[in-house]
Amino acid sequence: MNHLFPILTALAYLLSFGMYVRFLGAGNKLTGRLGTLFLGLGLITHYFALWERSRGLHTVPYHDLYGSMSLFGWLLALTYLGLELYHRQRSVGAFVLPFILVFFLAAHLAPADRLSPPAVHGVIFALHVTLSILAYAAFALSFVLSLIFLGEERLLRSHKVGDVVWRLPPLELLDQMSRSSVLVGLISIAIGTALGFVSVDRLPGQNSFYDPKYVITLLVLALYALYFRLAGSAAWRGARASKLCIFNFAIVVLSFTVVNLYLSHSHRYF
Amino acid sequence: MEIVLVGLNHRTAPVEVRERVSFTAEQAQRAAEELRARGILEETLVLSTCNRSEVYGVPPESSHECAPGLSTFLSEFHSVRPDILGVSLYHHYDREAVRHLFRVAAGLDSMLLGEAEILGQVREAYKFAHEQGATGPVLNRLFQGALEVGKRVRTETELGTRPMSVASAGVKLAERIFGKLSDRKALVLGAGTISEQVVSQLRDRGIAQLQVMNRSRERADDLANQFGGKMVGWGEWDTALQSPDVVVSSVSAEEPVLRRDIVQRAMAARGNRALFLMDLGVPRNIDPGVGELYNVYVYNTDDLSEIVQQNRNARESEIPKARGIVDEHVSKFLSWQASVELVGLVDALRTKMREERAAFIRSRMEPMKHLTETDRAHVEKLMDEMLEKLLLEPAERLRGEKELRRKIQNVEALRDLFLSNREKP
Repeated sequence: MNHLFPILTALAYLLSFGMYVRFLGAGNKLTGRLGTLFLGLGLITHYFALWERSRGLHTVPYHDLYGSMSLFGWLLALTYLGLELYHRQRSVGAFVLPFILVFFLAAHLAPADRLSPPAVHGVIFALHVTLSILAYAAFALSFVLSLIFLGEERLLRSHKVGDVVWRLPPLELLDQMSRSSVLVGLISIAIGTALGFVSVDRLPGQNSFYDPKYVITLLVLALYALYFRLAGSAAWRGARASKLCIFNFAIVVLSFTVVNLYLSHSHRYF
Repeated sequence: MEIVLVGLNHRTAPVEVRERVSFTAEQAQRAAEELRARGILEETLVLSTCNRSEVYGVPPESSHECAPGLSTFLSEFHSVRPDILGVSLYHHYDREAVRHLFRVAAGLDSMLLGEAEILGQVREAYKFAHEQGATGPVLNRLFQGALEVGKRVRTETELGTRPMSVASAGVKLAERIFGKLSDRKALVLGAGTISEQVVSQLRDRGIAQLQVMNRSRERADDLANQFGGKMVGWGEWDTALQSPDVVVSSVSAEEPVLRRDIVQRAMAARGNRALFLMDLGVPRNIDPGVGELYNVYVYNTDDLSEIVQQNRNARESEIPKARGIVDEHVSKFLSWQASVELVGLVDALRTKMREERAAFIRSRMEPMKHLTETDRAHVEKLMDEMLEKLLLEPAERLRGEKELRRKIQNVEALRDLFLSNREKP
């Protein structure tokens, strides 16, 4: 397999990370713009790396754990870039890029599994998986934003206003960014789950609708809907909502790991 | 094509002198016209702010020679005795004048290091002089360079980003919590000078609603009217604290006026919506326990002063970076200036040689009677070709090679060597 695209992607993400860190540390606008540029380039080469890997293995990217992780990293980068452009705020990049890098490198440094093709095919199934992973990526992003919120809030409350606090987004904006991200996740997971039920329904023969994954997915959906509702209220806006968001993401991680690997029969890597 | 600068600023002149030598727009225009009409300067620009009055110009002759005339002119123009003005004025020439302007535009020469207003003032002064036709190629280039320096220093360094007063630090902190303050509400307790400073900062940021509460209703009313706010009665905490996002307190009181129970009740009534409290009173006006409440941020004078000190240090640490940008642009400008002068010198040399060529050939060929008219024309043509070859190549190299222009340090010396005074371009 050609390693050009993975190397270019890792390089672009590393450069983007370096630029974002420099931007956060020194406040130089040019480095912030370069961070965005390298992230954009990384997204393009990452896409081709995913495409090449899938072509080489004759399967979809989410067929194995590594492919799913790489796709997750790509969607995380895409969601973050969208959020950055929408809210015109670059100082979060330094915190998000490590996650993107870890998922990308973990996926591409490990050898690919040669598994049998998935039982379900088709556009609806592909959309179901892609939207589910997009939702996880958006939730991961809101998790990072909530962590930043709590850190910044603690610094402001303890009057430790150092260099970084002046460059981080205002608390209110972090809150908005987190809610935007959760909204993307909620819409994606709602549509993705519905499409999942449709694709199961279209399978020939009798199919079980009682997979533990369904239960936890519905729980995640309900918890994030609750977060979205509460985060908009005056009493919850701020630290409480951020803590709830972090708790919700712990459930997502549980769904992604324990439920996928040990409890679910049909959901291995998404 | 030299540059001269004569002026005074907050470092060299007290406010009593500065206010007498400041220029209104109309005065700046008149001064520029007179300076050019009297032949003191060919290009002129007056930069006048509350901290400085400076005249930049391109003199017809040497910049050192025109400086005394310029000082006398300023003295006459503002009717200030030369001995009073003389001790406050500074004179800078060429490189130093360029460096001074670039430092001014960068905010390095400001009373408040890195302040942003000066760049706008330089831009306005340049725009005004340019529209009046008072500037020419040299000052145009110089001021465009200065604006570029100011912009770069503000985007590439942190010289002007952090608040340097307690009032602005408090307002900036409020922005760290709420983002833009344009849709926020503020309550000001007390109507003294400090409150006024904060209110002014909040107004500059377009605060949506302003309430003023003071023991003296009259003063509260005055401040509210001055800034387009409204007055609330002293002690009506439950109503007063319900809507604001920012509370600024600066009242004289022995005991805290905002007790924990008052704020706790208000927070419950407002559904725990975030509240930023700036306590600028000494003794403190806000019970320290208020800071423990959910979504409440309290900063007192000491907290804010500490932030201002940190920011001052941070700004000072950015000076070397800003100086680097200034130096880079000074070199760039001087290189451009030298290139224009050198090319002008070579052109003048070519013109001079062409003029002398005719007389030289005439006198040398006079005894050569055997030469026909065609031969003479041929010799003249060869001579022209040789002169062109000798001078065209250096002229082209000067236009194309930046490094070569940089190496030639003293254009004036070259001019003196090859051209007599009357022939200087």
